Amino acid sequence: MEALELARWQFGITTVYHFLMVPLTIGLGLTVACMQTMWVRTGKEQYLRMTKFWGKLFLINFILGVATGLVQEFQFGMAWSEYSRFVGDVFGAPLAMEALLAFFVESVFLGLWIFGWDRLPKKLHLATIWAASTASIGSAYFILAANSWMQHPVGVEMIDGRPVMVDVWAVLTNSTLLVAFPHTIFGAFAVAGAFLLGISWYHLWKRRSDGIDTVDDGGKVVVGEGTDNQPGRDKSDHKVWLQSLRIGAAVAVVSFAGVAVTGDLQAKLMFEQQPMKMAAAEAACHDGTGFSVLSVGNLGSESCDDITAVVEIPGLLSFMANGDFKTEVDGVKSLIPQYKEAYGTHIPDLPKYGERGGTKIDYVPVMEVTYWGFRIMIGFGALAAGAAAVALFVVRKGTVPRSKWLMRLAVFGILAPFGANSAGWIFTEMGRQPFVVAPNPDPNGIDNVFMFTAAAVSPGVSTAELITSLVAFTLVYGGLLVVEVKLLFRYVRGGVPSAMPELAHADDGDDDGDGKDKDDVLAFAY
Amino acid sequence: MDFLPTLWFIIVAYLWTGYLLLEGFDLGVGMLMKLFARNNRERRVLLNTVGPVWDGNEVWLITAGAATFAAFPFWYASLFSTLYLPLLVVLIGLIFRAVAFEYRGKVDSASWRNRWDWAIFLGSFVSAFGVGAALALTTTGLPINANGDRAGGPFSWFNGYALLGGAAVVLFCLVHAAAFLMLKTDGDIRARARRLLLAGLPAGVLPMVIWAFAVHRDGGGTATWITLAVAAFGAVLAWLMAAKNRDGYTFTAMALFLVAGTATIFTALFPKVLPSTINDAFDLTVANASSSDYTLGVMSVVGLIGLPAVLVYQGWTYWVFRKRVSASHIPDAHSVTAQ
Repeated sequence: MEALELARWQFGITTVYHFLMVPLTIGLGLTVACMQTMWVRTGKEQYLRMTKFWGKLFLINFILGVATGLVQEFQFGMAWSEYSRFVGDVFGAPLAMEALLAFFVESVFLGLWIFGWDRLPKKLHLATIWAASTASIGSAYFILAANSWMQHPVGVEMIDGRPVMVDVWAVLTNSTLLVAFPHTIFGAFAVAGAFLLGISWYHLWKRRSDGIDTVDDGGKVVVGEGTDNQPGRDKSDHKVWLQSLRIGAAVAVVSFAGVAVTGDLQAKLMFEQQPMKMAAAEAACHDGTGFSVLSVGNLGSESCDDITAVVEIPGLLSFMANGDFKTEVDGVKSLIPQYKEAYGTHIPDLPKYGERGGTKIDYVPVMEVTYWGFRIMIGFGALAAGAAAVALFVVRKGTVPRSKWLMRLAVFGILAPFGANSAGWIFTEMGRQPFVVAPNPDPNGIDNVFMFTAAAVSPGVSTAELITSLVAFTLVYGGLLVVEVKLLFRYVRGGVPSAMPELAHADDGDDDGDGKDKDDVLAFAY
Repeated sequence: MDFLPTLWFIIVAYLWTGYLLLEGFDLGVGMLMKLFARNNRERRVLLNTVGPVWDGNEVWLITAGAATFAAFPFWYASLFSTLYLPLLVVLIGLIFRAVAFEYRGKVDSASWRNRWDWAIFLGSFVSAFGVGAALALTTTGLPINANGDRAGGPFSWFNGYALLGGAAVVLFCLVHAAAFLMLKTDGDIRARARRLLLAGLPAGVLPMVIWAFAVHRDGGGTATWITLAVAAFGAVLAWLMAAKNRDGYTFTAMALFLVAGTATIFTALFPKVLPSTINDAFDLTVANASSSDYTLGVMSVVGLIGLPAVLVYQGWTYWVFRKRVSASHIPDAHSVTAQ
């Protein structure tokens, strides 16, 4: 593999990995803030327990998002120096805004929240989690502003061969951004919803299988209490899981509706802005109106002759693109000549392209990836939302069935929205190829602002260095993922007392009179 | 000289200084976890002096990187791609360190804690060394060609300044952390931190003084003579105040040393941002590496809002957690068991 491929694999691996943590951080952060608000308002025990338990899982996940986010900030310069030079005037600004206006707030206020339980007045402490979690949404906005500019460059003029920012509002109100932002945020809440649902289901199931909760003849739950050596498994505990489950399921269903609506808007925009990406999402060789449910054959082939749409819904593709059922949507075959005419048939023979100069440009993204990425995104998302709706119905009488398999399904279901998020990003980034900055096709716009990925990589960095870092990041990330998941399992199994030691030790009875001033002991310490 | 690029040079220098000043002591505390603390309780005291604040401190690094990208894309691209491997090591170190802070106490087992203690120690050490090396090299020069790309192999950046800068930041972090522990702990730990500071301060500041002097000799003048003198004064004052057991003044004097030291380095570097060791014509400067005035203007507005706000709420955090941490404050380890 040459440097370009290595750098792309590295960016893909590190970014997809980073974006496993990010949606859970965004979705769960605000959910925890809402739980704590309920506690401050009502004073009910179950809300405090929910805040502490979900807050603990939130932090275990958050830290890995922070740690891997550092790599994101550095690797543009490290592996993509030509890209950084070319776009720096416009692309660096949203990144710096993110750091200055959002990430600072998130990090500082989260520190206050973690350690501030006994130091800050209740309401002020509540405000810190709101500050941190809204800042994480601000972070998403600025990062998506940067990404949207790569999808659809706006607000710049070409000066001396580089795009120079002339209108920051255009960058911050890019049409691509305005749909990508809600789409991403809804996607993040879908992740949090499934997370709450799966874990709460497990605990309701565990309470039943341990004989704590039972059901009466009408199927209604009879909530019980655990024994003395089952700390924290009281009636309040049942409320924690039932309410968390309902919140999670509702969040998952509503988010999916949001994801679908914004996704539709995004697709319509993408048919205008990057028609090739959408044609590749469909493996649509020829112009047409039908949406392929299943296409088989050699999706990567440029000849199109061996791709067959096995199941096709007539008119749906036109609806996705234009809102009617008749207008033909351009297929790959009619788009290729348009792209060749506008952006050339071969990579220019310039020094910045290195050995890649003079090679033929393939305007068709890797179709296996775009076609399946698009379908996995929609399929997993819909599956999770459908399951959440069913779950809401199943728990209407206050608990879950005793089936072990249903419980396992609920827990594994947590993965579905993660899969949908990853697939969506892989689709949108791979679908933009061969461009790193896709051209803006608006005739009044700035159609000479684009950059081939082949030109973006650092010319001075050797393949040996890239192999080293690719292997290092992959191993470290892989190892840390195992650790994170193990830790999450451990804390999930421990239930609420894992996040509230006071529940586990409530019956020790030796808290006083041991000479240690209890007020001095930190409520939370590393 | 152009106003906006100069302003942003000052802001970037300010961000690096803020990073070294704040994360400086938590990197140092991270190294002292292995070098200084004698048992788990002491390690937990150390950890909890920086617990609520280390993440906020680290954002100064992210912001320094992002501000460099936004304001000086050519500097960002050349520096980060040239120092590919050392920055990789910094990143891996910071990743392990961050995760270790959060995960260390999550399982009640000695071997689990020991593994994360090593992660904190090594992560702190390599990231402090790497950041120091990178800063020393951007202020003394790297082998970059006309396009700003590295000439030569993956290690062609290596020279004595890399070692000097790495040592300067590592040793500074250690003594700075000792001053911080004097301020933030009590009892035996505080007394030992004071002794460490008194014994180690000369060695702790010397490499940074040499580095500052080297940059000053190349591009400095009267102004940097003055800042160098102030830095030396800060170091002496810190020692005297530590000897008198005045912890607040000791820490302030350490901060004065650092600020005057980095002021010397960046002032002497100006208007260059990254000299080329191959040809003076390839030097990256404030003028030829910066973004357009429009972008810098936009970022100035953002900075005008963001930077003072950071000082206010981050300062407030330090005030909230102003109490000293000592062994009696540390709660017992909590073991999580499956229900």
